[in-house]
Amino acid sequence: MFGKLTLDAIPLGQPIPLAAGGLVGLCLLGVLGWIVLKGHLPYLWREWITSVDHKRVGVMYTILALVMLLRGFTDAMMMRSQQALAYDAPGYLPPEHYNQVFSAHGTIMIFFVAMPFLIGLMNFVLPLQLGVRDVAFPTLNSVSFWLTCSGALLVNLSLVVGEFQRTGWLPYPPLSGITYSPGVGVDYWLWALSISGIGTLMTGINFVTTILKMRAPGMTYLRMPMFCWTSLAASLLIVAAFPILTAVSGMLILDRYLGFQFFTDTNGGNSMLFMSLIWAWGHPEVYILILPAFGVFSEVVSTFSGKPLFGYRSMVMATMAICLLAFMVWLHHFFTMGAGADVNGVFGVMSMIIAVPTGVKVFNWLFTMYGGTVRMSAAMLWSVGFMLTFVVGGMTGVLLAIPPVDFVLHNSTFLVAHFHNVIIGGVLFGAFAGYTYWFPKAFGFRLHEGWGKASFWFWQIGFWLAFGPLYVTGLDGMTRRLQHYTVAEWRPWLLVALLGALTILAGIACQIVQLVVSIRGREALRDTTGDPWDGRSLEWSTASPPPAFNFAVLPDIHGEEPYWTVKARIHDRHRLPDTPRYAAIEMPRNSPTGFVCAFFATLIGFALIWHIWWMAIAGLVGAYATFVVFAWRDRTEDEIPAARVAEIDAENRRVRGEALDAMETAA
Amino acid sequence: MVERSRAGARDIGPSTRPLRLALRLGASTVLGLALAGCTLRVLDPAGPVAESQRTILLNALAIMLCIVVPTMAATLAFVWWFRPGNARARRLPHWSFSGRIEVVTWSVPLMTIVFLGGLAWIGSHDLDPAKPLPGERKPLEVQVVSLDWKWLFLYPEQKVASLNELVLPVGTPVRFRLTSASVWDAFFVPQLGSMIYTMNGMATQLHLKADREGSFLGLSTHLSGDGFADMHFQTRAVSEAAFAAWLQGAQGSARVLDDAAYKALTRQSLKDPPATYRLADEGLFDRIVGQVLPPGPGPETGRPDPSVTPTSPSRQGI
Repeated sequence: MFGKLTLDAIPLGQPIPLAAGGLVGLCLLGVLGWIVLKGHLPYLWREWITSVDHKRVGVMYTILALVMLLRGFTDAMMMRSQQALAYDAPGYLPPEHYNQVFSAHGTIMIFFVAMPFLIGLMNFVLPLQLGVRDVAFPTLNSVSFWLTCSGALLVNLSLVVGEFQRTGWLPYPPLSGITYSPGVGVDYWLWALSISGIGTLMTGINFVTTILKMRAPGMTYLRMPMFCWTSLAASLLIVAAFPILTAVSGMLILDRYLGFQFFTDTNGGNSMLFMSLIWAWGHPEVYILILPAFGVFSEVVSTFSGKPLFGYRSMVMATMAICLLAFMVWLHHFFTMGAGADVNGVFGVMSMIIAVPTGVKVFNWLFTMYGGTVRMSAAMLWSVGFMLTFVVGGMTGVLLAIPPVDFVLHNSTFLVAHFHNVIIGGVLFGAFAGYTYWFPKAFGFRLHEGWGKASFWFWQIGFWLAFGPLYVTGLDGMTRRLQHYTVAEWRPWLLVALLGALTILAGIACQIVQLVVSIRGREALRDTTGDPWDGRSLEWSTASPPPAFNFAVLPDIHGEEPYWTVKARIHDRHRLPDTPRYAAIEMPRNSPTGFVCAFFATLIGFALIWHIWWMAIAGLVGAYATFVVFAWRDRTEDEIPAARVAEIDAENRRVRGEALDAMETAA
Repeated sequence: MVERSRAGARDIGPSTRPLRLALRLGASTVLGLALAGCTLRVLDPAGPVAESQRTILLNALAIMLCIVVPTMAATLAFVWWFRPGNARARRLPHWSFSGRIEVVTWSVPLMTIVFLGGLAWIGSHDLDPAKPLPGERKPLEVQVVSLDWKWLFLYPEQKVASLNELVLPVGTPVRFRLTSASVWDAFFVPQLGSMIYTMNGMATQLHLKADREGSFLGLSTHLSGDGFADMHFQTRAVSEAAFAAWLQGAQGSARVLDDAAYKALTRQSLKDPPATYRLADEGLFDRIVGQVLPPGPGPETGRPDPSVTPTSPSRQGI
C-alpha cells in the first residue's frame, strides 16, 4: 500500500533531525493557524497564491529564498561546529547524518536560495524595466514558482521522512547508484530537482520571450538597462542548460528504478559520463547565478554614483561573451580524472578567458564611480563589498583553472573557499543589494539603513573569517566533506572558521531585525515619490508599489536611460508631461493552476520516491486534469476601466508634482 | 617539446631570471606573512612534481596580485574621493565612455590571461600525471586500489601488497596505476604532488617521486560514502636500504593476498590498521580493472534493511 514507506522511515532514534523537523513543523503550523484564525486565508489565496502578477510572483520567490537561506545556513552551522569538534573525535553528527547535512546545504543554497532569489528579482524588475505590464506567459510564471516550491518542500520533507542524499550536492555515480546508495536519499534529490528544474526551465523560456518580444515602444536592445541584458544572458543559459540537468536526472532515475546501465561502470555504462553531463549543466549554472547579480551591481553602482554606467556597450559585449564561454569550460571540474595534457590545457585556457570579460566588468564599475557622487547607502555598500571580495574569488578561480595547480587543490577546502568567495561575495551580495535596492519599489517603504549596514559588516567580516581559514587548510592538503580528521594543524583554522560562521549568523540576525524594524517603522521609511534613490531606469517612474498594470500608459523610450531623460526634461520645463489619454487595460486573470499543478507534482514526487505507485498515478491524473481545465478556460483576462487607470495614475502624478515643487523651492 | 626536462617545468614563467626571482620573492613574502611561520603541505613539497606545482601556483598568484591589489586599492580610493562631501573631487556626471580606457580595461585582463594561459598550457603538458618522470633509474611500479574504506597498494614486481600504508624508496620515480574496487575516490599525497581519481573498471596513471625521507599524509579527495573521513594513509618515503628491508619483511608475511582475502577486503570496513601481504597473483590489479573480480558489495546492513535508511557501519559495529 505504501511502497517502501514504513514507520521506520521517521528517524525516531535520531534526536537532531527529529527536533529540527518538529520545530519547523510547529512553526509552519503556527503560521498556518494564525493565517486561518485571523481570516487571512481568502486574502492570501486571492492576492498571492493564485496571483499571476509578475511582481507578486517575484516577491514570493524572494520569500522562498529567504526562508530557505535560514535552512541552508542551519546546515552550514552544523558543518562548521562538527568540524570544530571532530578533531580526533567523532563530533556530534555521525557520518550518515553529516553527509546528508553538506549535501542538503549545497542543494538548498544553489537551487532554493540563490536561484529563487535571483529569479525573484528578475521577475519583479524585468517587466518594470522593459516598460511592459507583465511577463510573456503570466500563468506559466506562477506554475514555475509553485514547482520550485514543490522541489523545496520535497527536499525539506526528507528531514523527517526517510533521509536526504549523502553523496554531496551532486549525486555522482557509482556512489549514487542503487548498489551504494540503496536508500531514498538520492531519489529525493532526483525528483525534487526534476520537478523544480522544469519550473526553472519554464522561467527561462518565459524571460527570454519577454525580453525579446515585449519591450516598450522605442526600447531597442541597446537601450535596455544592464540588468535586462544580464537577465537575458542568464535566461538563455537556463534554456540551454537546464534540459541537460533534466536529462541527466532522468538517466540516473532510469538507472536506479529500472536497472538501466547509463552510469554503472558495468555492462557498458560509464560513471564519467555523469560527471561530464552534470557539469555541462553545472558550469553554465554558475553563470546563471552570477550574471543577474552583475546586472544588479550595474544598476546600483550607476544609481548611487549618479552617473550612467561606464562603457555600456562594452558591458553588453562582456555579458554576452560570458554567456557563450560559459558552455566551453565544464571540463575543468575534472582535470584530475586523467583526461590528458591537451584536453586539460585547452579547458584550462578557456576557463581563464572568462576572466577577461569579468575583469572588464569590474573595471567598468570602477570607472562608473569615477567622477560620480558616491552615496554609500546599504545597497551600495553591498556592491563595493562585492567588488573587493569578488576579485579575490576570481583570482583563486583562475589559479584553480591552471591544471597543474588544480592537481593539488581539486576538491580541497581551498576550492570550497573559492566558490563561496564568488557565490557569497558575488551572487548573495548581489541578491542582497538588489533586495535593498528594489524593496521600496515592491512595498512602498525603504528598509532600515542602519540595520542593513550592520548586516553588511557582519557578513563581510564573517565571510573572511569563515573562508580565509579554509583557503589555508586547503593549501595544507585538507579535503572537503570530512566528518572528522586527525591532523592537528587544521584545528585552529577550523575554529576560526566557526567564529566566521557565527559572525555571519549575526549578519543574518541583523537582516531579520531590519525587516521587523522596517515593517514597524514603515511610515517613517515611506517612499512617497516612487523614486527613492534618484533612479535612472523605468521602474522608478511608476508608483511604489506599482499598480497591477505597472504603467498607466506604456512609456515611449528615448535613449539608454529612459527615466533619467524624462526627469531631465521635467526639470528643464519645470512641469510634468501632459496628462496622457488613458485607455482600459486588460490584465491576465488570477489562476490556481500553478498551485494545483505543484500540489500534484509534490504528490507524484513523493509517491515515486517511496514507490507508492497508485499515488503516483493518481497524481498524474490530477495534474493532467488541471491542465485540461486550464486549457479549456474561457476567460483569460480582466479589464481595468480607463477611469480607474486615470484615478490611480493621478495619484502618481500628484506625488511627483509635489516632489518637483519641493525640489524647485529648495533650488 | 614532450622531451622537455623537468627543469623545463620550473622554467615556466617570465623569460628573464631577475623578474622571475622578483615574482617569486614577492609571492613568497606575501604568503609568508599571511601564513606566519606555519608550513602548509601543498607549499612544502617533498618531490619534484609538488615542487613544480608550488612554483606555478606562486608565480600565477604573484602575477594576479599585481592587478588585483591595485584594483582593490582603486575601488577604495574612488569610493573615498568621490564621497558626496568632497569639494575637491571633480564631478563628471555625464562621463560614460572613453575609448582609451576601454582599450586598457580589455587589454589588461587579456594580456594577463594570455600570459597565464601559456603557463597553464605548458604546465598541463609538463606535469601531465601520465607522463613519466625523467631520470636514469627504472621506475618502481605501484598499483593502487581504493576500497570501502581503505587503500590497497600492490607492488607486483616484488609480489608484495600493503594495506593503508604506502612505502616508497627516496629518489626512485614511481609509476602508479590506479583503480577502484568500489565507488570513486581520488588518491592524493599533498607533499608529493598531483592527485588522480580512482574509478572502477578504469585505470588511471600517475608519476611521482619523493626527494626526501619522511612520513607524509595521504588521503582520498573524493567523497566515497560514510567511511570517507577515514580514507587516509601514511606515505613513508624511506632510504633504499630501508625499503629493501621493508620488502623483505612483507615477503615473509604470514598473510597472503589471494582472491578470498581480496574479496574479504572489498566489504565495507573502517579504520583497518596497516598490514602487509604476500601477493599471490601479480595480475590481481588487471583482473580488478577488467572486472573479472566484481566490485565491492556496498552497504549490507540498515534500518530495517539497507533500502530504507542504512546507518553507518561505525554504528553497526562492523
